[in-house]
Amino acid sequence: MTGRKDVIVVGGGHNGLVCAAYLARAGRRVLVLERNPQIGGAAVNKEIAPGFTVPACAHILHHLHPRVISELNLAGHGLSLAAKNLATIALGRDGRHLVLRGGEATPSLKDLSPADAAALPGFHARMSRFAEVLRPLLTEAPPRLHGMNRGDQWTLAKLAWRLRRLGRVEFREFLRVAAMNAADILEESFESDLLKGALAFDAVLGTSFGPRSPGSVFTLLYRLAGQVEGRSAALALPRGGMGAAVEAIAAAARAQGAEIRTEARVARILVEDDRAAGVELESGERIAAGTVVSNADPKATFLSLLGAEHLDTGFVRRITNLRMNGMAAKLHLVLDGLPSVPGLSAAELGERLVIAPGIDQLERAFNHTKYGEYSESPAMEVTIPSIVDPSLAPEGRHVLSAVVIYAPYHLKQGWEAARDTFAELAIDTLAAYAPDLPERIVARELVTPADLERDYGMTGGHWHHGDLALDQMLMLRPVPGASQYAAPLPGLYLCGAGSHPGGGIMGAAGFNAARRILGDGAA
Amino acid sequence: MAMVREPNSNSRNARVPRGVRVKGRGGVKTYDIIVIGAGHNGLTAAAYLARAGLDVVVLERNPYIGGATVSRELHPGFTYSNCSYVSSLMRPEIMRELELSKYGLQIIPYEGGVTMTRDGGYLASYNDHDMNRREIARHSARDAEAYDRFAIETARQCRFIKPYLMQTPPDPASFKWRDLKGMMDLGRAFYDLGEEAMYDTLRFWTMSCTDFLDQYFETEVVKAHKAGSSIIGTALGPSSPGSAYVLLHHYMGEVDGNIGAWGFARGGMGAISSALAQAFQAAGGEIRTDAGVAQVMVKGGKAVGVALEDGTEVRGRRVVSNMDVKRTFLKTVDPKDLPEDFLRQVRNFKIRGSSGKLNIALDGLPDFPSIPKDCPARQGDLHITDSIETMERAYDDWKDGMWSREPYLDMMIPTQLDPTMAPPGKHYMSVFVQYVPPKLADGPWTPEKRDAFGQTVIDAIAEYSPNFKDLILHVEVRTPKELEDEVGLTEGNIFQGELTLDQLMFNRPIPGYAQYRSPIRGLYMCGSSCHPGGGVMGAPGANAAREILLDVGGWR
Amino acid sequence: MTAAPYKQPLLETPLHARTAPLCLTGDWAHWAGYLTVNSYRTVEQEYFAIRNAATLFDLSPMRKYRIAGPDAERYLNRLLTRDVGKLKPGRVGYAVWCDDQGKVLDDGTVFRFGPEEFHVYSQERHLNWFLDSALGFDVTVTDVSEDIAAIALQGPQSFSVLQALGLTGCAALKPFDMAEFTIDGLAVTLSRTGFTGDLGYEIWTESTHAVALWDRLMAAGADHGILAVGSAALDLARIEAGFPVANVDFIAAEQALRATRRRSPLELGLGWMVDFEKGHFNGRRALLAERGRAAGYRLVGLDVAGNKPARDALIYHGRDTVAGFVTSAMWSPTCKRNIALATLKRPFETGNQALWAEIYVKKEGKWEKVVAPCRIVERPFFNPPRRRATPPLAY
Repeated sequence: MTGRKDVIVVGGGHNGLVCAAYLARAGRRVLVLERNPQIGGAAVNKEIAPGFTVPACAHILHHLHPRVISELNLAGHGLSLAAKNLATIALGRDGRHLVLRGGEATPSLKDLSPADAAALPGFHARMSRFAEVLRPLLTEAPPRLHGMNRGDQWTLAKLAWRLRRLGRVEFREFLRVAAMNAADILEESFESDLLKGALAFDAVLGTSFGPRSPGSVFTLLYRLAGQVEGRSAALALPRGGMGAAVEAIAAAARAQGAEIRTEARVARILVEDDRAAGVELESGERIAAGTVVSNADPKATFLSLLGAEHLDTGFVRRITNLRMNGMAAKLHLVLDGLPSVPGLSAAELGERLVIAPGIDQLERAFNHTKYGEYSESPAMEVTIPSIVDPSLAPEGRHVLSAVVIYAPYHLKQGWEAARDTFAELAIDTLAAYAPDLPERIVARELVTPADLERDYGMTGGHWHHGDLALDQMLMLRPVPGASQYAAPLPGLYLCGAGSHPGGGIMGAAGFNAARRILGDGAA
Repeated sequence: MAMVREPNSNSRNARVPRGVRVKGRGGVKTYDIIVIGAGHNGLTAAAYLARAGLDVVVLERNPYIGGATVSRELHPGFTYSNCSYVSSLMRPEIMRELELSKYGLQIIPYEGGVTMTRDGGYLASYNDHDMNRREIARHSARDAEAYDRFAIETARQCRFIKPYLMQTPPDPASFKWRDLKGMMDLGRAFYDLGEEAMYDTLRFWTMSCTDFLDQYFETEVVKAHKAGSSIIGTALGPSSPGSAYVLLHHYMGEVDGNIGAWGFARGGMGAISSALAQAFQAAGGEIRTDAGVAQVMVKGGKAVGVALEDGTEVRGRRVVSNMDVKRTFLKTVDPKDLPEDFLRQVRNFKIRGSSGKLNIALDGLPDFPSIPKDCPARQGDLHITDSIETMERAYDDWKDGMWSREPYLDMMIPTQLDPTMAPPGKHYMSVFVQYVPPKLADGPWTPEKRDAFGQTVIDAIAEYSPNFKDLILHVEVRTPKELEDEVGLTEGNIFQGELTLDQLMFNRPIPGYAQYRSPIRGLYMCGSSCHPGGGVMGAPGANAAREILLDVGGWR
Repeated sequence: MTAAPYKQPLLETPLHARTAPLCLTGDWAHWAGYLTVNSYRTVEQEYFAIRNAATLFDLSPMRKYRIAGPDAERYLNRLLTRDVGKLKPGRVGYAVWCDDQGKVLDDGTVFRFGPEEFHVYSQERHLNWFLDSALGFDVTVTDVSEDIAAIALQGPQSFSVLQALGLTGCAALKPFDMAEFTIDGLAVTLSRTGFTGDLGYEIWTESTHAVALWDRLMAAGADHGILAVGSAALDLARIEAGFPVANVDFIAAEQALRATRRRSPLELGLGWMVDFEKGHFNGRRALLAERGRAAGYRLVGLDVAGNKPARDALIYHGRDTVAGFVTSAMWSPTCKRNIALATLKRPFETGNQALWAEIYVKKEGKWEKVVAPCRIVERPFFNPPRRRATPPLAY
């Protein structure tokens, strides 16, 4: 047995690192174990060709919690943003593109639809107000509904107060809107397909729903609850890629005294006297600890690392029923020069480009997922981070990183058979807007949910470690009985995206878990 | 009136049941209450109000009463329940309080239903739990036992929701004592479920029917059989979040305490409106047919009566609308009498129609070779959709503005149990069809498209019934357009508004106006647009009447 | 494959061909979807045969599950509250299993056939729970309910009947022992178990052998007054024995609509069956927490004054306080006592409380209320030494 630790964090994803940093800051002896050679879980960089670096999974920072940034002094540990407030540009087939910056009525929007330009600020303001009601919840443990303790009561009371403070009319509107589908509310508010498509895209990204699925407004609100440097729902690109952002968190954790080991794959969580007692690595090495925190997803944590025998059958049933099939693929391209998109300047190519021409197209793209098919006309979120961050590619050349939906984990023909055709489909979709793109491609890579599962151990290849849906949110996340970070097994905690408030490079789950662990006086 | 399309229908042979007095147009007088629309909820509200001693008139634009709860003779000798076709949800307390059995109402429970499978097999359901379980066991032993759990879970959810059907939803944004108390009572009832069930309830209300069923069942046909209830009348697919609740909406009913059972009204669904009308008239109420309301008259912010389509005015101290919320406020009230915010919310009310209907007169009983001849579930609802995927693809068509190429069908032959609806040896078949859009992508509905839609359905049935086409004597095809034109339901939505979480309880129909009142003093709503929603339930009508009586009694 | 349920709403047990002609009263009962006999001729005659002679009861509708595999013992230890490791091959144990909240799903008997093979027999269906519990274990769970028929041979003369069949080896069987035997070429499993609280055996065999086995037993028992008994008589015997029945004396947790109706083993007085030392099992953490608190309810035995069975009676403390309710009650012909099983709320569940049973009695068409004092007593109400004697006494 290696020397005993207070806390072992299984998995060095960003949430695991945040959790470790906070625990180390509170004086705990913390060891983080990461199975891959690189720290960061799925928030890592990947060199897809010599000299070309792409973010392997997440590629836009819009959620990293300001409290985490300041309390862990991430700036001091190397976090720097290459772009702080990316615009979203919804690409139009006719070369008339729509530039969106939060709730601004941009000239392109006025051009497209004066009515929408007039309506957008109000819509955005209302949604932001609603998001603000939810925002404090991000850094709170979701309250238990029965046998509440003071903390739970306080959380609920504060939420009730924030709702009441909306005023009667807005409170009622919140209760109506929260469970609605994004398409309906967008159709109530706007007329332009491009605007509706772009906003609907935000509502469904990272979920397994379409814009007409009820509950998709909630995921939109949730996205708006994120902040970058005080701007809600702002989009940023970390300098040096997402891997650099995670390196900053790792550096902060190390500075607090946490130890981080890579290529240390945990085989199982050890249990003694019905308590988590440490871990055993695949190498056979055993490390004892009073507390084990899992950054792995709930299915992997409970069913593979711990084992159902230490849990009750009803709880295992809930874990088995957890929906966590990824719906997004990543497309990485190495380009020998910037492609040209008619209607966009070279600088504008560095913004966040969205291909989601309308609600109906997006809904049709979604329809395929129900039958184990990929979308025939996928929607995409595209960045060319090398434009603002030259460190990512040799001069004059570029990398393109795109999220492509829908690419369901369960594909009828299996991903090995479909990889090339889907990659080509995605490239064709891009080429419809950037005709010279295909000839600029030097190398390409498609990362499917199956790849994410294999490379990063995410069950189902789901970035959020579980679908973001109303029935898997808040006190229902990941499942009742483990929604406050403590697992049913004493001494075992969850700190990953599978827990409230979910995924995205936010760090809130890690932060909340650390607070819970310290509050329990564990470790 | 749209009815003229049917060669055999006119106001003479439309069934005005015996005992219902239909008055001509009356002189000038001021009623206590004017009810617009003689649908089952309007009649229910009217009957309660008349029994409380008020002078009530019900104005119906059609020559017959009942709204979508009717028995119509559209082919000689055949009675069609041509809109709603089965009964389960009708609240027993209403039947009892209004003495509907005295006025001829009889609900005959039927034995379950059958889903026929593509491979020539079938899955039946029965009212007896053990029989149901053993039937499922023919397909999967594991699912059969999961059915025990499934039945308990749905019963648990029904038990939780049921007390609220006959209550006015509290307003969570209000500080009034009754609303605070209402919210506290709701919270208490929720708390009393116990921790696990509280979470399960939250999940149940927000999850999709498919996800809910996946927690229990592994066999496709079992899931498909159960999922039917989650899409009937709904602009959702079984995999859309929120559809689990719709499943529950169809399980909340009962026949004589047998929860979840369904039955036929003897004599067709018109028997329900007929009994309600007689109960109303016995209490001194007055019904006028052929009296379409053109506008609600408002003076000084208060409803004072209505103007009929022929120009006649009817004066009343209070006006109650049985029409859906869009028709009431966008077509029958002058917009200047309403706050802009309210109007915007009414415009945003979701009321997409999604259902069609075929009413078919048959020369004999069609044969369904998949189902054994002596299987009593033949007398229930019959289906040919054996997978969730088929339902979802049907829903995709609807989203794209087409009627489903492979629609979900809910077929019934009530004449197997009710001899009064067709001549001896002949049968009436009701085919409910999901999904049919109110607006087609390729332009408006035309008689040709309507018939093509009908043909799609007939061909689909004929695949499972070789002699079906030969037996057809007459077909009435109804799309959402017919439902809107004839019954007045906006976009042909059978529930007067979609049953999604944003339009349930205190959100129904409009947040802040869920207590049957409107922004105009003296103007009330009593239709299915209001809590607890659609189905032949009577609860919105009874709840509205209770609220009106509070106002009449000077409580507000 | 059985007939479609609309053709045959109730299943017939493998012994139907024998039980049906004997059921002279036409007094049938429904049990787990099977048609079973409630009483054959008179309940009284059948009851006294259980206590005085030998009886056959058709146990076949019991649910039977075979649990086998390298992890069978670990699996059952996680499933059941008792330590199965202490159960040797050839032994039978009474067991309960709980849900996550530590509430009882059902009780049953566990038969250990070997190091890696068990059978679990219960009244309610549990295939889903058993299968879902198998995740992570190298074990197969099979529902063998239809394959195995069972006959309960109960009564003081039951041993003599087996002797008459030539099963000399069964003399060594202690209570809760089991062994394999052959009766005229029929392979059977014989266990010294039962639901009567008396000397008795249960005999398990392949369904196809059920009728032959019944015939052998009837023939061998002819000289011992053997009688087929229905569930009415058995119910009387089991109340005297103090055995609770799922969905009679407590609600199986999975079937409870109301969360507050579920009961933990501690509340059912089965705390002795909960082994907190053996490692994790379903409900352990909840039961540990519950052990620290006083139980909310308790299932107790009551001795009720008078001779009117306190069926469905409410139990009062003082004039107005409802202390609990009766779930099973009878006049015990053997003990000459008026006995009941009741659920009492805290703090009325222990000690010498002044409790009253409110009993309604119909006397010649007129209902009368009887308020009878009652007191908490030990179970079983009837517990004869012959139940335990090994070898049993031959009569």
